[in-house]
Amino acid sequence: MELVLVFLSAAIVNNFVLAYFLGICPFIGVSGKLSSAFSMGLASTFVMVIAATVTWLIYHMILVPFNLEFLQYVSFILVIASLVQFVEMFIKKVSQPLYRALGIFLPLITTNCAILGLALFSVLREYGFLESIFFGLGAGAGFILALVLIAGIREELDLAEVPAQFKGVPITLIAAGILAMAFMGFSGLISN
Amino acid sequence: MMSKQVSYWTEFYKGLYDQNPIFRQVLGMCPTLAVTVSGPNGLAMGLATSFVLLFSGIVISSLKNLIPKQVRIAAYIVVIATFVTIVDIVMKAKFPEMSKDLGPFIPLIVVNCLILGRAEGFSSKNNITRSVLDGLGMGVGFTIGLTILGGIREILGSRTIFGLQVLPDAFEPWVIMILPAGAFLTLGLLFGLLNFVELKKKTKKIKEDQQRALAEIKKLTESSEEDLAVKEG
Repeated sequence: MELVLVFLSAAIVNNFVLAYFLGICPFIGVSGKLSSAFSMGLASTFVMVIAATVTWLIYHMILVPFNLEFLQYVSFILVIASLVQFVEMFIKKVSQPLYRALGIFLPLITTNCAILGLALFSVLREYGFLESIFFGLGAGAGFILALVLIAGIREELDLAEVPAQFKGVPITLIAAGILAMAFMGFSGLISN
Repeated sequence: MMSKQVSYWTEFYKGLYDQNPIFRQVLGMCPTLAVTVSGPNGLAMGLATSFVLLFSGIVISSLKNLIPKQVRIAAYIVVIATFVTIVDIVMKAKFPEMSKDLGPFIPLIVVNCLILGRAEGFSSKNNITRSVLDGLGMGVGFTIGLTILGGIREILGSRTIFGLQVLPDAFEPWVIMILPAGAFLTLGLLFGLLNFVELKKKTKKIKEDQQRALAEIKKLTESSEEDLAVKEG
């Protein structure tokens, strides 16, 4: 039950993109088309779950026992960067179609703040091992949800008559604002 | 090296408006939206980011010949993460309240695309002086952007600016402004406003160009008519 709550909280109530503003760059950058938005979301979720697992292990098995907590940012980001590299190599070897679908998005994920944010939040909230993994899953699901929603809206917006000044980024931000407002309806459903 | 050397002043000044990180390059959006609940928060975030930007720029531009091309991104990230750790520790010690407010967004400076972008796009190609000026300019531009955004949200969302009440009690605070949705809306509208100004400038320039071209054509036709008249005469 606890784990389900962690998942739902990260996916819907405290959506990473719309409530914590993590992963805004891909949110604005690659949300033009529905298909690429979904691929990006999938690739990020994949990395998120692995990153949540590995950073938890590093923090609790290496950094804490040796009193090296101050190294967490440096070690987390290095782990994430190399993880992304490994995932890219692995996918390339195992599944060519998947690699073609996700390929170009993978390097971008290193600088996606949602990944590092996930690792930091799970340290900050003192999640256990399983909770961290479910937190990663939930955050990934929420990321896909937000990305797909905004991509759908943007595909419609292409056909709408938007004033010249608001074309592109501004109208996307405003649409995201309205979406965030809609997501506020879930607040209070689960505390934290 | 750059093919065309611009003056030191331009190197600094371009970050303020022409290449403003937030409004022009749309970089570093996560902290921009997340921490600008109030003016002071925006200012603190801006200063922290500027510090990291400046010092990572210095280190990267002085090490640019030592870092192998293949591992440069990883090297840059380690340099940046080191300075972020310094900022984080200093802020926790000196400004515990502010550090609590900004929470995980201080460590998230590591993945701020603005800093890696400047490291890869500028510091790795230019000397230290230019990197310092560029870092300062970009930092100031980023700080100004954050402070403006934070200020607007603070005035409308809690009637105050930097803690001082500016709007009367009769004004009902717009709670939406200090919630996540307000950040998206305010930034979207600010972007729109800026585009509006830029479009106006552009159309004005096009009109002026047109008029200049028309005047030129007129002059040319007049002179050719005169030529014709001289020949016929």
